[in-house]
Amino acid sequence: MDFNFSDEQNMVRDGISRLVREQYDWDTRRAVIASESGWRPEFWAQLAELGMLAAPFSEEDGGFGGGAVETMLIMEEFGKGLVVEPFIPSVVCAGGFLKHAGTAAQKEEYLSAIIAGEKVFAFAYAEPQGRYDLANLTTSAKKDGDGYSLNGHKAVVIGAPWASHFVVTARTSGGQSDAGGVSVFIVAKDADGVSLRDYATVDGRRASEVYFENVSVPADALIGELDNGLPLIETVVDEATAAVCAEATGAMQVTHAMTLEYAKQRKQFGVPISSFQVLQHRMVDMFMEYEQSISMSYLATIKLDEDEATRKHAVSSAKVRVGQSARFVGQSAVQTHGGMGVTDETAVGSYFKRLSIIESEFGSVDHHMRRHVKLTAAQ
Amino acid sequence: MNLEFTAEEKAFRDDVRSFIENNYPQNIERAAVQDDMSPEDMTAWHKILGEKGWSVPAWPEQYGGTGWTPTQRYIWSEENARVNAVMPLPFGVAMVGPVIYTFGNEEQKAKHLPGIKSGNTWWCQGYSEPGAGSDLASLKTTAVRDGDDYIINGQKTWTTLAQHADWGFFLCRTDPDAPKPQQGISFILVDMKTPGIEVRPIKLIDGGYEVNEVWLTDVRVPAENLIGEENKGWTYAKFLLAHERSGIAGVARSKRGVEQLKEIAQHEMLDGEPLLQDMGFATKISQLEIDLAALEITELRTLAGEQAGKGPGPESSLLKVKGTEIQQRLTELTLEAVGHYGTPDFRSFPADGSNDFPIGPDYAHSAAPTYFNMRKTSIYGGSNEIQRNIITKMVLGL
Repeated sequence: MDFNFSDEQNMVRDGISRLVREQYDWDTRRAVIASESGWRPEFWAQLAELGMLAAPFSEEDGGFGGGAVETMLIMEEFGKGLVVEPFIPSVVCAGGFLKHAGTAAQKEEYLSAIIAGEKVFAFAYAEPQGRYDLANLTTSAKKDGDGYSLNGHKAVVIGAPWASHFVVTARTSGGQSDAGGVSVFIVAKDADGVSLRDYATVDGRRASEVYFENVSVPADALIGELDNGLPLIETVVDEATAAVCAEATGAMQVTHAMTLEYAKQRKQFGVPISSFQVLQHRMVDMFMEYEQSISMSYLATIKLDEDEATRKHAVSSAKVRVGQSARFVGQSAVQTHGGMGVTDETAVGSYFKRLSIIESEFGSVDHHMRRHVKLTAAQ
Repeated sequence: MNLEFTAEEKAFRDDVRSFIENNYPQNIERAAVQDDMSPEDMTAWHKILGEKGWSVPAWPEQYGGTGWTPTQRYIWSEENARVNAVMPLPFGVAMVGPVIYTFGNEEQKAKHLPGIKSGNTWWCQGYSEPGAGSDLASLKTTAVRDGDDYIINGQKTWTTLAQHADWGFFLCRTDPDAPKPQQGISFILVDMKTPGIEVRPIKLIDGGYEVNEVWLTDVRVPAENLIGEENKGWTYAKFLLAHERSGIAGVARSKRGVEQLKEIAQHEMLDGEPLLQDMGFATKISQLEIDLAALEITELRTLAGEQAGKGPGPESSLLKVKGTEIQQRLTELTLEAVGHYGTPDFRSFPADGSNDFPIGPDYAHSAAPTYFNMRKTSIYGGSNEIQRNIITKMVLGL
């Protein structure tokens, strides 16, 4: 048993921590998310320069030999600063697909560009009717000459306005929700027939509805096996889920710290409100919730490379725990801040909103509870 | 024990239902976020009811009340909730109105009650201050007597919809040397157009503007605007807060919210079935309905006590706590139900209304903002912690 991080991992953590602290104070973030583009490409370039976008990749893939633990450390710090830049869509998701199943040519063309920050990916998987079911797809890729013709509508594609490319899940055969017949493609955003409707999200990010209309996709844009993409998608989404759990633990720690700070300085009835036992116990519960979440974030991260059932079980366990804690910590922070908590003028509201969306990102508490139940029953 | 309506009550229900059907203005629906409604839309139904004589049902008949029994008033609010009616704002009708007819003089009643009834005068509440929230009695805004006037200085906050207000009722400190903070406070009516008043909107976490900071600098107000006696304002404030809490359970509105949630869960699909058929989600809706049923009967028991002549007492704290918990739970489940489409910020959609690419179903757009916004309900009107303190003291005697 060893919960220590390696020297290299500590370096990653210290580096990203310093960068977020120095460059991502709440006022700066506030200005960035209100700006026209909604992100800072120069911050992304800096992450690339510091090697952060390479951290979770092996040396032969052009990375630094790290993996899921590096992603966890980075995302925890991202959570502390509510960083909006698309580490999960571009590095964890697109990078994950390429890492697990990319051909040498695909890695050379795309993975090195992701690591260099030159190409930015979004992950177009959700559909309006599909809820959190990764196989429920109406987007189709039909054989067309040597390649495919892609048609469909992807919902709430996070980071799409900033992206140069998409990883797209599509049905290549079978019925709408069949496990078989699902495939994964790389599509350039500027390809003919791709159109977007961009918008902001309630937690300060940007997303798009993405439409594909007779988009010509060459055969070499397929990642992994034709018709057998679902296990790959599940692997990558589990990795992304673990990453968002780590992000939540960072956001929860900061939310708790600012609540404690506020309670100590806010006076009512002549005393700091932190002297009231009912508020003390609530803040103790917040502390216990995020500690439990940190444990589950570790568990999910460590189990990502194990067999499929073990991995899914751990990731769903973590997402349930983290989702519940995110809600409790966010709501409790707002309540303890009183009226200040529901204004747009304090940081706590931003953390609450991000935590509220994290609850359902890559599957809600209910979704992961159902998956947990099914996995347990199948054992 | 009998929970059935009498024949007369059923006839009354049919009457008000048809009145609402025939008179409720078309196209005015309660917006998800209050400031998305124009002031005209917010007061349209109030004005119609004012002409009908139904805008202030709970008031004594001599001041324009309808003389309805508490049960009839309950039926009235149920029937309005059925159509999601935008009801008269509480600041005049439920808050300052009762204070004026209970503690005001004849001139004050004659001057202010007609505008509250008709909906022509918009009121706001100047209670909380940056340093005086839960500890309201520590408020610092001062009113100093100067000849026939008071001169008011200070800052109020969380003043709901003050940006539209014609008049405000303010708690001000008139005796800074009183032995207890509660004893030196007065209740003063202020014309919001008086020089020296600055209203600054506060942006809330849902992006909307419904509360304000109100700055008062040397605001000169005629002394005749004092309600009741100088330094007795705390008594009137407490009276008003009890009135504010009695409507706060929001049973009728929550029932409507449950119906809307079910409609959403009927549309949203999970594994090829409506979400409403999912045992897990349906169980959560049932739990909400059970809690709401308990709250409704508790409110009816309180109403029955009122009918028997008991004023709203500490049980209104129970209604506030449980009512707001249910309202908040409803918004949680609605956000869960809409799935991915809870994430887009509808305020960022193009203002030109172009809808070539619809961004999810319309019902999803308000889910997250409403969830965020409704966190206020366990904070305002005396936080739920304060309500529990009241029950601790007044009911449990601890």
